Amino acid sequence: MIIKDNKNRTSGKLLMGIDIGSTTAKIVLIDDGRMVYSRYERHFSQVRQKTLEMIEAIRDMLMGRSFTVAVSGSAGLGMANAASLLFVQEVYATAESVRTLQPDTDAVIELGGEDAKIIFFSGGLDERMNGSCAGGTGAFIDQMATLLNLSNTEMDDLSLTHKQLYPIASRCGVFAKTDIQPLINQGATKADIAASIYQAVVNQTVGGLAQGRRIAGKVMFLGGPLYYCKGLRERFKETLKLSDENAIFPEYGLYAVAIGAALYSADGETLNYELLTDRLRESMKQRDTVSTLPPLFKDKNEYQAFITRHSKNSVKTEYAGAYTGDAYIGIDCGSTTTKLTVITDNCDIIYTYYSSNKGNPVAIVREQLTKIYELFGDSITVRGCAVTGYGEELIQKAFHIDFGLVETMAHYTAAKHFDPEVDFILDIGGQDIKCFKIRNNSIDSIMLNEACSSGCGSFIETFAKSMGYTVEEFAREGLYSKAPVDLGTRCTVFMNSSVKQAQKDGASVRDISAGLSLSVVKNALYKVIRAASPDELGQRIVVQGGTFMNDAVLRCFEKEVGREVVRPNIAGLMGAFGAALYAREHKPACSTILSLQEVKELRHESRSAVCKGCTNNCRLTVNIFNGDEKLISGNQCEKGAGIRLSDDEQLPNLYEYKRKLIESYDASDNSPLPNDTALKKTRQRIGIPMALGMYELYPLWHTLFTSLGFEVVRSGFSTRALYQKGQFSIPSDTVCYPAKLMHGHIETLLEQGVDAIFYPCLTYNINEDKGDNFYNCPVVAYYSELLQGNMDSLHKTKFICPYLNINKEKELARELTLVLQKYFGGITKAAVTRAVKEAIAAYRKHMQLIYAEGERAVRFAREKGKRIMILAGRPYHIDPEICHGIDKLATSLDFVVVSEDSVTADVTPPTLGVLNQWTYHSRLYAAAKYACEHDDTQLVQLVSFGCGVDAVTTDEVRVILENGGKLYTQIKIDEITNLGAVRIRLRSLIGALKERGQ
Amino acid sequence: MAAAKAEYIEFTKEMKRDYTILVPTMLPIHFKLISNVLVSYGYKVDFLEEVDGDIKESGLRLVHNDTCYPALLVIGQLINAVESGRYDKHKIALLITQTGGGCRASNYIYLLRKALKKAGYGYIPVISLNFGGLEKHSGFKITVPMLYRMLYCAFYGDLMMLMANQCRPYEKEKGITDRTVKKWVDILLEESSHASTMRYSHVKKNYRLIADDFAKILGDTKRDKVKVGIVGEIYVKFSPLGNNNLESFLLKEGVEPVVPGFVDFCLYCVYNGLVDYDLYRIRPFKAFGSKFLYKFLLGKLRYIRTMMQEHYPQFMPMADFDETQRRVEGYIGRGAKMGEGWLLTAEMLELISEGVNNIICTQPFGCLPNHIAGKGMMKPIKERNPGVNIVAIDYDPGATAINQENRIKLMLSNASR
Repeated sequence: MIIKDNKNRTSGKLLMGIDIGSTTAKIVLIDDGRMVYSRYERHFSQVRQKTLEMIEAIRDMLMGRSFTVAVSGSAGLGMANAASLLFVQEVYATAESVRTLQPDTDAVIELGGEDAKIIFFSGGLDERMNGSCAGGTGAFIDQMATLLNLSNTEMDDLSLTHKQLYPIASRCGVFAKTDIQPLINQGATKADIAASIYQAVVNQTVGGLAQGRRIAGKVMFLGGPLYYCKGLRERFKETLKLSDENAIFPEYGLYAVAIGAALYSADGETLNYELLTDRLRESMKQRDTVSTLPPLFKDKNEYQAFITRHSKNSVKTEYAGAYTGDAYIGIDCGSTTTKLTVITDNCDIIYTYYSSNKGNPVAIVREQLTKIYELFGDSITVRGCAVTGYGEELIQKAFHIDFGLVETMAHYTAAKHFDPEVDFILDIGGQDIKCFKIRNNSIDSIMLNEACSSGCGSFIETFAKSMGYTVEEFAREGLYSKAPVDLGTRCTVFMNSSVKQAQKDGASVRDISAGLSLSVVKNALYKVIRAASPDELGQRIVVQGGTFMNDAVLRCFEKEVGREVVRPNIAGLMGAFGAALYAREHKPACSTILSLQEVKELRHESRSAVCKGCTNNCRLTVNIFNGDEKLISGNQCEKGAGIRLSDDEQLPNLYEYKRKLIESYDASDNSPLPNDTALKKTRQRIGIPMALGMYELYPLWHTLFTSLGFEVVRSGFSTRALYQKGQFSIPSDTVCYPAKLMHGHIETLLEQGVDAIFYPCLTYNINEDKGDNFYNCPVVAYYSELLQGNMDSLHKTKFICPYLNINKEKELARELTLVLQKYFGGITKAAVTRAVKEAIAAYRKHMQLIYAEGERAVRFAREKGKRIMILAGRPYHIDPEICHGIDKLATSLDFVVVSEDSVTADVTPPTLGVLNQWTYHSRLYAAAKYACEHDDTQLVQLVSFGCGVDAVTTDEVRVILENGGKLYTQIKIDEITNLGAVRIRLRSLIGALKERGQ
Repeated sequence: MAAAKAEYIEFTKEMKRDYTILVPTMLPIHFKLISNVLVSYGYKVDFLEEVDGDIKESGLRLVHNDTCYPALLVIGQLINAVESGRYDKHKIALLITQTGGGCRASNYIYLLRKALKKAGYGYIPVISLNFGGLEKHSGFKITVPMLYRMLYCAFYGDLMMLMANQCRPYEKEKGITDRTVKKWVDILLEESSHASTMRYSHVKKNYRLIADDFAKILGDTKRDKVKVGIVGEIYVKFSPLGNNNLESFLLKEGVEPVVPGFVDFCLYCVYNGLVDYDLYRIRPFKAFGSKFLYKFLLGKLRYIRTMMQEHYPQFMPMADFDETQRRVEGYIGRGAKMGEGWLLTAEMLELISEGVNNIICTQPFGCLPNHIAGKGMMKPIKERNPGVNIVAIDYDPGATAINQENRIKLMLSNASR
């Protein structure tokens, strides 16, 4: 390949470029303007060693010549410093090579192992790298391929045959995984999932990185994933609507950074082979100061004692074949793995199975049941069986399993077997961390990891694989580490870059392995459990889950909490064991499980469909067994499952009521024009974006503008499509989802050709006299300012966003008159004053209606003996795209759902340990107090990911509830549409309530 | 109105006698001087300077992990000091600032109290340093003369920080700038026991002496390095602990860091009192007071600005805040007053007007006001000021220096192009 440089840097020279990425190292040689050599290899974090080897391999080409060299790449900095080589920032290097090789490029998208970058060339050079929260891309695709049990090539090939795309959260890998898992479990085809994964990567790049700039013109795609994955390329081209000539996939896609580094080196120091290799060798001796931790074991003896102690916690697992009698089957169909145990009347285990569910749990369970029947033949009688886990419903339906139970109950049952006095259980699985405290023999509080710190167990696995180890080997290495590296405790994305830092500093695999184990443990302790001291956890701790089979993790945990804990020998099978125990305890008269013949003959097919029950358009997966038994999943309410309820069976749902209430204003839009308004000739259409604070104040503004003679256009409730419409102009990828949706609402209004758009800045919210102050949060208060600066399309219309005081009619009228007169001539102060009066009255009435419906709901519940759930969030959480139908899920679990604002009108604020300064949040505190005062009422707090304010409120609400003897349940929501985890949470809540006799 | 508030431990008059008040680091120069004012009024004060890695861990252990990073660090630092064994735990009090705005920062004090309780030190009194009458402690009162002194400390601090930043990259004798800062901090600490230091004429004389000293360091060197402005959330902007020693990293990279002063933030807070009346017609008396105070502070600021312009033209002077605040017109409303609010935008524009075209906007991960006034304003600022480079850097306990440095280096490689 010819590399002609207009600055004439290449002629007559030998240039070397080295690019050390997070997983691979690349080298190129440019000799007199020709690329004469290029090579890339995985470096398995042995950065300096690998580089030296790669250079030694081209000894012949370098001997006797002088050349220049520069290093680039995210993991190259440490080596460059240690070996005193020239270093160039990788995005800068990319820009160098693109400017040289394809100067007419408008934008470059480069995806690497863990980085995503965009460089804009035309219209002002601008370079962007992924922020600290955007998940890795190459590593993410690898991880997803592993999840689907495909090689990268297979996944790519399959994706090209896809028929439909599923929405998969695009913000970060962990989130996406949560979306993909249920798709796999529900039997969506791998082709569709593969393409959807690529689409998620595309959305993430376009939405997270471009930040307000459109990617258009000639776009070049660089980096490994884009070089190899045709499916990914296709998704990019289609999403960005690029023609063939405008989408450039150059042959040097892998080497752009290395080429740029080579070009950059041209003016640098001249070296020769000996000099370069000497320096690299020298650099391998140095080890920078990394922050390290004490080793896991002092010596061999300590290790032996540890192993001996833990071997005591075993159940008998021998028996196989020699047992005759009754047996019970427990199945744990988890998110990534399927586990199965068969136990005897004495609770001995006679059969176990543990394996990745390879994306098709039905097939695995079928295979296993067949095997069990054939293995034991007539010697055992299956008297009962139970299933738990993500795939519970699917498996129960498919094989006619006697019981389905929620995971938390299964784990508790199993843990009790090992320590009847257990008071704390921690389970770290492949993707989730669960822990619960036990008080008075019932589950007292449950904590599940938020979407952002999950993936820890499987992270070790993926990481081990990427470094060329199995999990077992990797864990063993960790045990011998002399100086584990300190990797921090945030989500896996952060850990990735911490690992990068450690690699940069020359840490060994051993030290990284031990460091990762410690991170997982700290994550569980400080992020999920948020314990201040080990005493807070409990006296008798049982740890379980596949991740704890890793001795390094177990050891780290014991060291961190400073206490010896019980790890059963079947730590990875506890869910299944618990299910089997449950079946044994609740022995049915006659088990309904399919017979061998029936299992063998079971026919299972799955197809996807879109629910037409309402405007939500849930994507359904329909599983059909034996041609006639149906199981529908993916639905957010009973309609999707084909169930119709009559009106008096319908449980009150304040969320639904509030949505209907808002829609009811649309009908009044055609009211005749008032006579005295100056607008009567040209009726102006004013658009109101239905997002953030507008969910509460819409009746106010609607009435105000209608009264002034405007036609009010509401942007409707949010949908995924609406979000994507505005995604490209979001400048901050860590802001909450409700705020991000605002961009889509504005685009929707603009499409409808409104004359103006109104969303005011409200520093102060409605003053309800419930707190120390009555602020809005900064995002709700000032989002208009951001919209104005970042949405170019807004310039096409009048965007009205005045600072207003909504607590004083007179003042509001004064401010509004000033503003509206500026935009629309002929509006009189008198008209505005009257409109404001009506508007405030309309708002009051709106709230009264909500209070009244709240009262009705509570009455209904008490009459019919139903449980009441305060689904406590913000007014905008009623948006179906924000709450993802959690309200409907709750009613389907037989809760009457009320909102935080509907029951707190008469509640005097509780005593708080924090400043009660936001109106919406004051209601949360009041709602918590209300829940404490009523036995039949539970509070579930909805928290939008990224909500900074809720870092303050959640702890306080928890304190109020726990002091009042209530369970605290928090649900974090984001773009995620998976209700599986939420269902587990709510069912665990019900389980815990039942145990408490409530 | 007002919700019942959980009782807090009051700092009583008796405590004033033998309790040591611990003060967290934010701006090393300013806070040291300011806390010394307390000393000269009979308080026992210890200004915390240690910045070891344990601080983060203590914060993570005791504070909700999604809380902003500054809260984590401040609280971690205080708790570490409590547990350091240097003090009698029953003879200490902690001091923390409280602004009372719509940002989470108003809750730091409560988070600190919670953390103390969680760690078993619920009995330690926590004093709120605020100027809005949020909390009262009979043993701790900021009187007008004290305020006056603190104010001068802020001005001294800003002057020294401003000039030191402009000398450090060019100093010929390594460390001379920092030694000069230390020399003056010592002189000012020593002086503060004499009443005469309150006289403005004396303060003005000091300004000149300080400026002379720094002018000597710079000599006739031309300040020709690439200049990089640092703006952002107040704690991570100023505190080396919060921003992974950003200033020294920049110095190593061969650029001159430019950091807008602390007094700007004070003026911003005062100005917001005016805005509230202007926009919403609320609190007219506060607005009246704010207006007076604003003019008063502005006068003091302008004095230093003029002095620098006249006598030290080789230095970039302090910005005239009245101009700074006007710069946001057309970008963001001055009603956006939570956290750093519009000041953040104003400071970026102020830097640009001074020819500082490279700006690092520091923020704790997930900082709410910065979504709007920081990240949210970058696009319009860049559009209307071509050639300007702005990079947003997030700081949190899990973020690594390599990621942050990579992004800064990227910006710098553009800057020197």
